[in-house]
Amino acid sequence: MQVFPKSANYWSRGSIIAGLFVLASLGWVILTIQRSDFVTQANQFIEQPVQFSHQHHVGGIGIDCRYCHTAVEVSTSAGIPPTKTCINCHSQIWSTSPYLEPVRASFRDDTPLQWIRVHDLPDFVYFNHSIHVKQGVGCETCHGRVDRMPLMLQKSSLQMEWCLDCHRNPSQYVRPRDQITTMGYQVPDGTTQAELGAQLVKAYNIAGVEHMTSCSVCHR
Amino acid sequence: MRRNLFVVVLLALGAGACRQDMHDTPRYEAYESSAFFADGKAARPTPTGTVARGWLREDETLYTGRANGELVAEFPFPVSQADLQRGRDRYDIYCTPCHGALGDGQGMVVQRGLRRAASYHQDRLRDEKVGYFYDVVTNGFGAMQGYAEQIPVRDRWLIVAYVRALQLSQHATMAEVPADRQGALDNPPPKKAETPAAH
Ligand code: HEC
Ligand code: HEC
Ligand code: HEC
Ligand code: HEC
Ligand code: HEC
Ligand code: HEC
Repeated sequence: MQVFPKSANYWSRGSIIAGLFVLASLGWVILTIQRSDFVTQANQFIEQPVQFSHQHHVGGIGIDCRYCHTAVEVSTSAGIPPTKTCINCHSQIWSTSPYLEPVRASFRDDTPLQWIRVHDLPDFVYFNHSIHVKQGVGCETCHGRVDRMPLMLQKSSLQMEWCLDCHRNPSQYVRPRDQITTMGYQVPDGTTQAELGAQLVKAYNIAGVEHMTSCSVCHR
Repeated sequence: MRRNLFVVVLLALGAGACRQDMHDTPRYEAYESSAFFADGKAARPTPTGTVARGWLREDETLYTGRANGELVAEFPFPVSQADLQRGRDRYDIYCTPCHGALGDGQGMVVQRGLRRAASYHQDRLRDEKVGYFYDVVTNGFGAMQGYAEQIPVRDRWLIVAYVRALQLSQHATMAEVPADRQGALDNPPPKKAETPAAH
C-alpha cells in the first residue's frame, strides 16, 4: 500500500525550502537583536545623581564642550568636569536650588559627584578621543545632537561595525577642525561632504583603509 | 535521539555562558571608583611635599605672572600670530560664557543672573599689566573663580594676549588700520550673532 500520496514529493521539497527559510529568519532575528538598542544600550536615558542637562548648558547657554570636557583634545578620555567647574557659575546661579544640593554638598565636603557612565566600551578595545578630534571627527558625529539632550544618552551602537563603517571611509564624516564641537554642523554652501571630506582626508593626512581597519589599531 | 537533544542543549548553554572577564578587566579606567582606597578614588592625589614629574614650578614669571612678587608687564615668551589665534580659540571656549565675545561683560550667563564683570575696555583695565590678567585667570578675582585647573599655563598666557588684542580692537582709530585693509571695514563679514554689541 502506498502510504505517501504523490504530492508528498512536493511537500517534502517544500518543507526543505521552508526549513531553510525558518533558519534564515532565525539568523536575521538574532542579528537584529544583536544590533538592537536593547543589547547595545543606545538611546536609553540614565538617571544621574544631578539632573544635569546638556540641552540647557550647551543648547541654551552655548557653553563649548571643552569648557567642561577639558581633556578631549589631548587625552584618551574626554574628561568629566570636577565639581569646581560647576561652582564657577553655580556659586551664584541657582545657588539655593534643591536640584543643585548634591553639587554644593560635593564641593563643601570635597567628595566627588558619582556620575553614572553612559558610554562604556569593553576593556579590550582601545579608543582615544584626541586623535579623532585632531583629525576632524566632530563630537556630533559620534555622540549626536548633545545640545538637545535633557539627559545624556548614547546615540551610537559603539559596536565594531560602527567604528569600521567610518574607519573604512572617514571622508563621509570629517569636518574642518574649527567645527569640532559645533552642533548641527552644515557643509558650507557650494561644496558637498564627499568633496570637502576627500579634501580634508588628504590635508589631515589620514591613514589608508589598510591601517585603519587592522585589528591591532583597536585591540592592542 | 534523547541523547542528541541533551548534547545540543548543553552546547547551546555553553555558548550562551561566555564570561565577561575581558569586558571588564581588573584595571582602573579613567574615573572608575576603587573599592580598595577608603575615599573611593582610583586616581591618587600626590602626597604633600612631593612634585609630580613635569610639575616643577620654578619659573616664577611663567607660572605666577610675577617677578620678585611684582606683576609683570611683558609676556614671558614671544607671542606669534598663530599663538594669538589659539588665544582667541581658548578665549571663546573659557571666557565668552561670562565676558562675552567682545569682552564687554555681556555673556550669556550674565544674562541669566551672574554678576556682570567690568568691561575690558574701561581705562583701568586697559592700563593693567599683562601679569594682572594672568593672575586673575589663574587665581580668580572676587566673584570669578580661578581657571588654573581647566586651562594649561601656556594657554592662559595666550588668552591674555588675545584680551590685549580685544582691547586694542575697541579703541583703534582709522589711522591705525593698514591702508590696504581700510576698505574691508566698510564691508564687514557677516557677524555671528552672539552678544549684543553694547557700548
Ligand atoms: C557645563 C558642563 C558641560 C558641558 C558644557 C558639556 N558637558 Fe558633557 N557632560 C557634563 C557632565 C557633568 C557629564 C556627566 C553627567 C552626564 O552623563 O550627563 C557629561 C557627560 C557627557 C557625556 C557622556 C559621558 C558618559 O558617561 O559616557 C558625553 C558623551 C558628553 N558629555 C558630551 C558632551 C558634548 C559633545 C558637549 C558639547 C556639545 C558637552 N558634553 C558639553 C558636563 C558638560
Ligand atoms: C558657564 C556657567 C555654568 C556652568 C559651568 C554650569 N552651569 Fe548649570 N546652569 C547654568 C545656568 C545659567 C543655568 C540656568 C539655565 C537656564 O536658565 O536655562 C544652569 C542650570 C543648571 C541646573 C538647573 C536645572 C536646569 O537644567 O535648568 C542644574 C541642575 C545645573 N545647572 C547643573 C550643573 C552642573 C552639575 C554643572 C557642572 C558640571 C553645571 N551646572 C555647570 C550655568 C552653568
Ligand atoms: C569617533 C567617535 C567619537 C568622537 C568624535 C567623540 N567621542 Fe566621546 N566617546 C566616544 C566613545 C566610543 C566613548 C566611550 C569610551 C570608553 O568607553 O572608553 C566616548 C566617551 C565620551 C565621554 C565619557 C568619558 C570618556 O572619555 O570615557 C565624554 C565626556 C565624551 N565622550 C565627550 C566627547 C566630546 C566633548 C567630544 C568632541 C570634542 C567627543 N566625545 C568626540 C566616541 C567619540
Ligand atoms: C566618524 C568616524 C570615526 C569613527 C566612528 C571612529 N573612528 Fe577611529 N579614527 C577616525 C579617524 C579619522 C582617525 C584618524 C586616523 C589617522 O589620523 O590616520 C581615527 C583613528 C583611530 C585610532 C588611532 C589610529 C592609529 O593610527 O593609532 C584608534 C585607536 C581608533 N580610531 C579607534 C576607534 C574605535 C575603537 C572606534 C569605535 C568605538 C572608532 N575609532 C570610531 C575616525 C573614526
Ligand atoms: C576601529 C576599531 C576596531 C578594529 C579595527 C577592529 N575592532 Fe574588533 N572590536 C571593536 C569594538 C569597538 C568592539 C566591541 C564591540 C561591542 O562591544 O559590541 C570589538 C569587538 C571585537 C570582538 C568581539 C568580542 C566580543 O566578546 O564580542 C572580536 C572577536 C574582535 N573585535 C576581533 C577583531 C578582529 C579579528 C579585528 C581585525 C580584523 C578587529 N576586531 C578589528 C573595534 C575594532
Ligand atoms: C563663570 C563666569 C566667568 C568666566 C567663565 C570668566 N569670568 Fe572673568 N569675571 C567674572 C566675574 C563675575 C568677574 C567680576 C568679579 C567681581 O567683580 O567680583 C570677573 C572678572 C574678571 C577680571 C577682572 C576685572 C576687574 O575688574 O579687575 C578679569 C581680568 C577677567 N575676569 C578675565 C577673565 C578671563 C581671561 C576669562 C577666561 C579665561 C574669564 N575671566 C572667565 C566671571 C567670569
